[in-house]
Amino acid sequence: MEIPKSFLGYKRENGRVGTRNHVVILPVDDISNACAEAVANNIKGTFAIPHAYGRLQFGADLELFFDTMIGTGKNPNVAACVVIGIEPKWTKKIVDAIAKTGKPVEGFSIEGAGDIKTIMKASVKAQEFSQWASEKQREECPLSDLWISVKCGESDTTSGMAANPAVGNLMDKLEPLGVHLCFGETSELTGAEKVCATRGATPEASKKFMKTWSDYNDFILKEATNDLSESQPTAGNIAGGLTTIEEKAFGNFQKIGSTKFIDVLTPAEEPKKGPGLYFMDTSSAAGECLTLQAAAGFNIHLFPTGQGNIIGNAIEPVVKLTGNPSTAINMKEHIDLDVSKILKREMNMDQAGDELIKTTIRAASGRLTCAEVLGHKEFIMTKLFRSA
Amino acid sequence: MASTDIIIHDKKDNVGVVVIEKVAPNQTCNCWIMEGDGSTTVEAKNEVPLGHKVALVDLNEGDTIIKYGHDIGKVVKAIKKGEHVHVHNVKTKKW
Repeated sequence: MEIPKSFLGYKRENGRVGTRNHVVILPVDDISNACAEAVANNIKGTFAIPHAYGRLQFGADLELFFDTMIGTGKNPNVAACVVIGIEPKWTKKIVDAIAKTGKPVEGFSIEGAGDIKTIMKASVKAQEFSQWASEKQREECPLSDLWISVKCGESDTTSGMAANPAVGNLMDKLEPLGVHLCFGETSELTGAEKVCATRGATPEASKKFMKTWSDYNDFILKEATNDLSESQPTAGNIAGGLTTIEEKAFGNFQKIGSTKFIDVLTPAEEPKKGPGLYFMDTSSAAGECLTLQAAAGFNIHLFPTGQGNIIGNAIEPVVKLTGNPSTAINMKEHIDLDVSKILKREMNMDQAGDELIKTTIRAASGRLTCAEVLGHKEFIMTKLFRSA
Repeated sequence: MASTDIIIHDKKDNVGVVVIEKVAPNQTCNCWIMEGDGSTTVEAKNEVPLGHKVALVDLNEGDTIIKYGHDIGKVVKAIKKGEHVHVHNVKTKKW
């Protein structure tokens, strides 16, 4: 197949391109969720991203909180953003950082004004943003404006045979075209970590990966109260035939094809070394991993599943594929692309990769994904430790 | 081309994965070896469902399971060729 050269995206003020045109009402903290949700309820064409944190965090945990909030606002899938927090200082910090992209953003703080007056003021601004964003048109953009993140979930042995290598085939085809790519799931590479390390494009990248994996593994072993066999693989993985974390890891690892990673990112860190594949240090829990990848600026996500994970994301469209024929039938409404014919040898990996490229471009150009249509807007902050 | 009942990733693998709804005891299963596009057969000893593994050789306690050409765990209970390979007879070496 000749790979299409372009997709239809929204060009942003800072040169990035969005696959979506969201107007987001972003609460800074847990107690501002009600106010943000009230504004989103008032003003059509907007939505709130409620979450559980943002109070009394400190140190590295607070930095990751800010990186996640700011990165979410900066993501090119967000056209404009209203930020609402209890106190003015943290609210302003987030607003100022998002404003550097040049997109419309305004902050409101509730303390001293109360919910009702804040809802009124923020709603006026949200209306302005919603109508402004509604006039934005999609334009033809080169594929190199795609920033594709990947993560698999509810994996089984079909993931390693079909859906994950189909993603790997897409990576091998799109990486030479200047696309940004990102995989994560530090703990789920356990067992394949030494092989994964050999896939660094430079000795520095390989070394950085091994250090990241070792740190995470040390943390898991320190906190573990049992042998982890109940958590990794999960009960769903085991039902699907995956026996050990090593088997899961080698299946997981098929997602990067034969592409080499150029750098290792900390959670939510924006890639700075140009196009190519990046590894990000993330949890293997889907909600957390996707939230971090979206905060790093990735604008479309590919999610291979075996037994049928149903995850979506607040701002990043999630394209789901499966190689499991039962999942493709029984959970049809969640599956954007069925590659189960690979198991019957009625489809080869090259064809599966091509189909996935087509599906990805259609979703990037505006076709709603299954997760979007079904209302999945997961936004799950990674919390490093207890608050003060 | 005969229909495929079991897929084997790598020539070095000592297990294969069932890719039909299930294989039955005494069923002669057609196996496709992805690496090098080879084929072989194995007689299943148990009923094994889609996605689960079948041993391609006799395995003793302490042996290593190879899949994708790599070590994916250790045998903790002897397994005969054609038997179901899963958490009842294989454990991780990691934790």
